[in-house]
Amino acid sequence: MNKYFPGTQALDNVNLDVYEGEIHAICGENGAGKSTLMKILSGVYSHGTYEGQIYYQGNEVKFANVKDSEQLGIRIIYQELTLVPHMTVADNIFLGAEPSRCGVINQNELFSNTEQLLKTYNLDIPYNARVGALGIGQQQMVEIAKALSGNASLLILDEPTSALTIEETNVLMGILRDLRASGVTCIYISHKLDEVFEIADRITVLRDGQVIDTSDIEGLDQNKVISLMVGRELTSQYPPRTKNIGDITFEVKNWTVAKAGNVSRPVVKDVSFDLRKGEILGVSGLMGSGRTELVQSIFGEFGKRISGELVLDGAPVEIRSSQDAISHGIALLTEDRKNTSLVLKHSVLANATLASVKDLLRWRVIDPNKELSITYEYKDRLQIKAPTIHTIVNDLSGGNQQKVAIAKWLLTEPKILIMDEPTRGIDVGTKYEVYRLMNELTSEGVSIIMVSSELPEILGMSDRILVMSEGSVAGIVDNHNVSMETIMMLATKGA
Amino acid sequence: MKKKSGLKLNSLAKIDFRSYTMIIALLALWIILSLLTDGAFLTPRNLSNLFRQGSVVAFIAIGMVLVIAAGQIDLSVGSLAGLAGAMAALAQVRWLPAIASRTGVEWIASGWPATIIAVFIAIGCGVILGGWQGLWIAYGRVPAFIVTLGGLLIFRGSILGLTRGVNIAPMDPTFQLLGQAYVPASLGAWLGAFAVALILLLSVYSRINKKRHGFPVRALWIQALVTVIICSVVVLFVVKMNQFRGIPVPVIMLLALAAVFTFVTNRTQFGRYTYAIGGNSEAARLSGINIKKNILWIFMVVGAMSGVSGAVLTARLNVATANAGNLFELNAIAACVIGGTSLVGGEGSIPGAMIGALIMASVDNGMSLMNVESFWQQIVKGLILMTALLIDVNSRRTED
Repeated sequence: MNKYFPGTQALDNVNLDVYEGEIHAICGENGAGKSTLMKILSGVYSHGTYEGQIYYQGNEVKFANVKDSEQLGIRIIYQELTLVPHMTVADNIFLGAEPSRCGVINQNELFSNTEQLLKTYNLDIPYNARVGALGIGQQQMVEIAKALSGNASLLILDEPTSALTIEETNVLMGILRDLRASGVTCIYISHKLDEVFEIADRITVLRDGQVIDTSDIEGLDQNKVISLMVGRELTSQYPPRTKNIGDITFEVKNWTVAKAGNVSRPVVKDVSFDLRKGEILGVSGLMGSGRTELVQSIFGEFGKRISGELVLDGAPVEIRSSQDAISHGIALLTEDRKNTSLVLKHSVLANATLASVKDLLRWRVIDPNKELSITYEYKDRLQIKAPTIHTIVNDLSGGNQQKVAIAKWLLTEPKILIMDEPTRGIDVGTKYEVYRLMNELTSEGVSIIMVSSELPEILGMSDRILVMSEGSVAGIVDNHNVSMETIMMLATKGA
Repeated sequence: MKKKSGLKLNSLAKIDFRSYTMIIALLALWIILSLLTDGAFLTPRNLSNLFRQGSVVAFIAIGMVLVIAAGQIDLSVGSLAGLAGAMAALAQVRWLPAIASRTGVEWIASGWPATIIAVFIAIGCGVILGGWQGLWIAYGRVPAFIVTLGGLLIFRGSILGLTRGVNIAPMDPTFQLLGQAYVPASLGAWLGAFAVALILLLSVYSRINKKRHGFPVRALWIQALVTVIICSVVVLFVVKMNQFRGIPVPVIMLLALAAVFTFVTNRTQFGRYTYAIGGNSEAARLSGINIKKNILWIFMVVGAMSGVSGAVLTARLNVATANAGNLFELNAIAACVIGGTSLVGGEGSIPGAMIGALIMASVDNGMSLMNVESFWQQIVKGLILMTALLIDVNSRRTED
């Protein structure tokens, strides 16, 4: 197999060859051209919109649309899943290709085909379950099964593990190995170099639309790949920090949170911890351990289904809404940048000042000078790369979007900044900048609670680590010579 | 990186393209209508009528921009305008005379006191009933589409119940001024001069201010050109109107309200929050915005605008009828969409909606001038609404 295409706008003279039956990883920072490349391979960008040729199994191919590439067995699985949640696994897998006669679907054949398919690839999912009732990991398996049902011979996975837990990731790795053994070729796009090194045969690194290097996994290490991606040697992924930790500023006592309609099984159980001025408290735990619910409830989500006490600077506070939280100097950078953090169709300016408009008022009217100057100030401080502050946020790269979201919260001048997965889906260079900013903030006396599912990040940044397991605190440890294994043991020990 | 900057240029060009096409569409429409009517369309007399008639829906369109920008919809505005107008008429024709004769306080039944009371009743009726719907939508979590569809029926039914299908007339002469009077030519000229001076002053001031703070400014010639064009439009408008009888009073009211609400949308918390809610309600809520309160306010505003519209309509026709305000919701929504308000929320401007309202009014007026039968007028307007959305949806679809 050989694919060759010189010179598109976002890609510059890229040559990529993928061998049959290998797992080929593609790494690169956001905006390096990975997505564009994949869209060309899968026919999203039709032939003629780019220069160059694609050869598949020895023949030159010209895709007019996605259907063409699917017919040849090229399937792409996107970061965001594209399943219909209300339909069953079987319905989803054969959506658009249902076994039918005169438009009437043959249910028996549908189910037996599905069962057989799932069995062939050792996918452990009930064929008649509603997809919406499955976990993200299982949904991804359905997505893979759907691709395989069309006799996929080349599977392209775009950041497949971004929403998976560690166990689910391991299951996925197993499936991919099985697929490789049965002759399916995979192109695996990921930020997570751990996974790439675990599974890939060869790695191609893209930077600024160019192929920097393609080589076998042997002879490479993570630091080497990172330096290829960013174009410079990273001495450390985590910037040094001069600690300036003060007194206890915030306490959470006996905090219990239940979701609506499920009061008997709380998602956060009797959690107590404290936070010092200028401290970074890492919150670790598996998916579903209640990490996100813990920080959301502190920010006033879940309304009245909470028991427990919050103490801010020695005085108990009542927080029942995001307004309450913000007025007490608490900020929450949510994990889902696109859906809960930013108004994508609005400008950098409108997003940055959204949570702090009331501080920009003069006689109840927004003072444009104040608004513009403060937005420029934070654009410079966070080095947000946008043509102007009136640029639509949707046009920015993921890393810059995240910086806008952070700017929004810094403008509220928080005392306590809660960051849920602050570096999810952003490139290595921007991550470093975010970390440096966090250090800067703590030196100014801001306290940070950082929720993260990336252990290296937790270990690299935190002063103390709160490990959650099934809604409870499994342990709070000082970050001195703590190993990943220690954290994982706490996280998986169960309550 | 190259591709990124290309995209940005494109999206900038697109925004400008959108507002230019709107204005070009309006001019093209006027030229066509003028040719089809042998010039009758562009006479000062006709233009004056056109603005006066169009203003009734344009009041509602101001509120509708807020509603749609917040990702909501209001189908009840036409019925509410009709009800508000009917209440004003009933107040003047029945209630105030009855109170006057019973209490002996004669002065409230005629002249300016009666008019002021009637206007308050119309606007109050709009605010209260708009707010009532807002409560259902914001706090009751019933979709706006259903609440206002119900409101449409309830208000239309209430009009029939209150008037028993009988026309309520006549209104006090002072009340009629709201819809029928003209600003004297000399005062109109002064107002025009004042507006031009204000525009020039603001343009120069904003430039100096931006430079002083080191903010980027547009190229001098572009800003000068835009300013000159806006000023010429103002001058042309005043001259044309003065060639007939002067600027119609409802048009002056409309321009004032449009200016106020343009300011409100751009420069107040309420305006910002409205767009943020429509753009991404979850992000807005998590940024500390009280969504419910904001939505309640929006429906009170659109209710107030419906009240103004109803009062002006009753004043212009000098009668309140049972089907007054019929299909105003369609015209107002069309005006917003033609003017660039996105039906998915988060985008839209009041000046745009005013141009949209002018386009809809021009179509109405032009077809009447050509003696097109009324059933054709409805068909054409329906098609225009659909076409506007077709263009809207497809010009917004991005490559991603």
